[in-house]
Amino acid sequence: MSEVSTGDTTTVNLTIDGMPVTVPEGTLVIRAAEEVGVQIPRFCDHPLLAPVGACRQCLVDIPDAGNGRGFPKPQASCTIPVAEGMVVETDNATASKAQQGIMEFLLVNHPLDCPVCDKGGECPLQNQAMSNGRGESRFDGQKRTFAKPINLSPNILLDRERCIVCQRCTRFAAEIPGDPGIALIDRGARQQIGIAEGRDFSSYFSGNVIQICPVGALTSAEYRFRSRPFDLVSSPGVAEHDACGAAIRIDHRRGKVMRRLAGNDPEVNQEWISDKDRFAFRYADAEDRLRYPMVRDADDPSTASGHRAPLRPASWLEAFELAARGLAAAGGVGAVGVLPGGRGTVQDAAAYSSFARDTLGGADIDFRARPLSAEETRFLAEHVRGRSEVTYADLDAATEVVLIGLEPEDEAGTIFLRLRASTLRQAQAGAQRIRTIAPLLSPGSAKLGAELVRCTPGDEAAAIAGLTDVAPTAVILVGERLATSPGALDAAAALADTTGAKLGWVPRRAGDRGAVEAGAFPLDAHARDADQIIEGVLAGDVRALLVGGVDPDDTGDPAAFLAALDRAEFVVSLELHPSEVTRRADVVLPVAAVTEKTGTFLTWEGRPRPFPKVFDKPATYSDAEILGQIADRYVAMESAAPPLPEGLAGKHPRRAAAGAAVGAGAFRLSTWKLMIDNGSLQMGDKSYAATARPAIALLSRANLHRLGTTVTVTGDRGSITLPAQAADVADDVVWLPSNSTGRGVLADLASPGSGVEVTSA
Amino acid sequence: MNIRENLWDPVAGFAVTFTTQFKKPVTEQYPFEKMPTAPRFHGRHQLNRHPDGLEKCIGCELCAWACPADAIYVEGAENSDEPDAEGNSQRFSPGERYGRVYQINYLRCILCGLCIEACPTRALTMTNEYELADTSRESLIYEKSDLLAPLQPGMEQPPHPMLLGDDEQSYYAPESIVR
Repeated sequence: MSEVSTGDTTTVNLTIDGMPVTVPEGTLVIRAAEEVGVQIPRFCDHPLLAPVGACRQCLVDIPDAGNGRGFPKPQASCTIPVAEGMVVETDNATASKAQQGIMEFLLVNHPLDCPVCDKGGECPLQNQAMSNGRGESRFDGQKRTFAKPINLSPNILLDRERCIVCQRCTRFAAEIPGDPGIALIDRGARQQIGIAEGRDFSSYFSGNVIQICPVGALTSAEYRFRSRPFDLVSSPGVAEHDACGAAIRIDHRRGKVMRRLAGNDPEVNQEWISDKDRFAFRYADAEDRLRYPMVRDADDPSTASGHRAPLRPASWLEAFELAARGLAAAGGVGAVGVLPGGRGTVQDAAAYSSFARDTLGGADIDFRARPLSAEETRFLAEHVRGRSEVTYADLDAATEVVLIGLEPEDEAGTIFLRLRASTLRQAQAGAQRIRTIAPLLSPGSAKLGAELVRCTPGDEAAAIAGLTDVAPTAVILVGERLATSPGALDAAAALADTTGAKLGWVPRRAGDRGAVEAGAFPLDAHARDADQIIEGVLAGDVRALLVGGVDPDDTGDPAAFLAALDRAEFVVSLELHPSEVTRRADVVLPVAAVTEKTGTFLTWEGRPRPFPKVFDKPATYSDAEILGQIADRYVAMESAAPPLPEGLAGKHPRRAAAGAAVGAGAFRLSTWKLMIDNGSLQMGDKSYAATARPAIALLSRANLHRLGTTVTVTGDRGSITLPAQAADVADDVVWLPSNSTGRGVLADLASPGSGVEVTSA
Repeated sequence: MNIRENLWDPVAGFAVTFTTQFKKPVTEQYPFEKMPTAPRFHGRHQLNRHPDGLEKCIGCELCAWACPADAIYVEGAENSDEPDAEGNSQRFSPGERYGRVYQINYLRCILCGLCIEACPTRALTMTNEYELADTSRESLIYEKSDLLAPLQPGMEQPPHPMLLGDDEQSYYAPESIVR
């Protein structure tokens, strides 16, 4: 935030180490020095954090401050702005003596832990002690000691002996995500970073403090002692957990990912990533990962009695052949449904799309593995596909942002940080206004300083229509959850049309936007969407399913989805891990994880984010490669089954909208997925899982008083008992996290927006 | 050609031969008789122990970093004073970290000793043992169990709790040498 461009082009000329420099007014001396390649040692300074001058390592001599007089003592170059005619010496006797003196003081209490320290080898303190410190220590007293690492959170360990109190972490926590859970406590030599008693440093972005710590004081619990920097090979990557396309660095050793760090992409995630992007990568090395294809023998006599033969391992060639044969036997346009899921790359989505349209001759395809609506299908085709209206830069520039059905902190971490940064920046000049249409002001929205436009779940359309004062310079962001609210997406599009505001659609999954662009959803009115494919299976019209990375519990009606898998004559599953789909599939094909393939994700903006292959594992194929193999075999064989009878195609009755206003309960169900929950790509990291926010139902104060602190929520699919808390919600609304308990709200309770009953447990 | 060249020189050439005939032979009857090496001969490595048997190696990998032949592979892990499920201690070295995996590949090792210089705890030293030949590649990758110094009297096989004091300082800087 030190780099505020004021729009003013006034420049200042100064001299650093004898070299003339011209920089914009207001630039800090330390930044101006970087312009001419002069590296001043520093610890507390970070380009994305406000200057504080805490560590004093960047002292420089300023013999002329621009007014002909110099500073009598060395000055901290990270807090001094440039002035016309200023002369700065970073390496003369005065400056060097000051820098060496500070370094000596910093090392007085710093333990000689370097051989066992996770930072050793990539440590700014180590490096700068070599470049700007004395060769020998003159200190022969007792070093201050603390008990070795304490947990700031399950993820983050603090070794207080190593801390040099630069306050990068506390400033990050307060300035960037707005989770000031850590602070300086005590005084003098005992000064240390601390947390409130009994309260963890709880933030979805806490992992960033590990990365910006200039010493080894903050370390990751899971990465602890797992490798040294010189063991690691770094590959660039793109985070696969949300649609924000955050740049990451994947550090790996001997074919296993050891850790992930934030990449530096000023246009997207700057230097920050969420904990999900940082810590949730163990799924690819999970014990139960599918390693070889499996098939089910159709000729087994037990199939006749209704029981399926068990899956058995098969060769790739056999699996390809059986998949092609099974799909061909189902035969005919409309007899095969393709459900790619939203986790694939653009290339994978295009392969599914091409497989459905070209190979299968126009089979129904829909990437959406979540509640959806015909309205959303139309919206995606008209307002999302092929458009790229809003970018991250537009979020920064917008005078107003309207969030509808979107909780950036939980569902799009990078958007949350960008919005928070721009709100804080514009707070000085006119204030960016953020409004959120939601049933309650979530903690994330509160941190954005958002104004709540309250609406009952399912009635978003009316709330959107009520917004009349949206400026043409505004940005409207709609979340994928809006599909469950009738009329809301149309209303948002109409709002953007009438006001001239820009409209952006923000899905949750990394592959969703790419799947939209690849046309992996019903593009014409005759085609079935995912719900209709499922209904088609249950009605017997669709006989075979090709399923990608779909978790049945994420879909609009999990019970129907599982029933359809049972009912379908032939199911091909492309998956990473055993799931409810693979258990019911006839052919299971293991696919490559993102580290094992090259590809491209599209961010919610439509920005391509290509990434290279990290591991070259033999016999590991991406979805696209597998589909190519099946397609080759499919076209080589004649489709044996007769085409569907005339007149059937194109008539796909839809059951009464399962969404809103169904269910007898007095409470409307509001729900979204928390960032850290039971998602299938988040398994395998205990410390990370322990930082998940607890599953708690939110009720109005009056209801909580009446029902108590443990409630049972009952919907048309089951009931969930969980602790409750008071929140600022309407008396007829209950909020639950979507996937933090059991199989999740969609499978265990009801669909979002529907009526549920809340009783005292 | 004179007399000296014709008669004396051929005989003089045998001077060494004749004198050696009457000396004790220097031939070593290896492998039947083994001679001691020079005291600082660079032989097979050894991973040393503290007086109570805990390992000195902290798994810092500085030896692997220093190795010009990339012959050393180390993986660190965390010590814990919490007993595991079977009630056994999980402490292998004093302090926080120990070397869980330690391998030296003697097909690659050039016995240069840079790893010894790099070791911050004197866990790694070299013995005078030089018989490093074998018939398979696998057998020449020495594991931690092959490299660890044998237990001396008074030592206990790790894992076990710290016996010399409450913290690692009693190992690294015992009372006797603290200023």
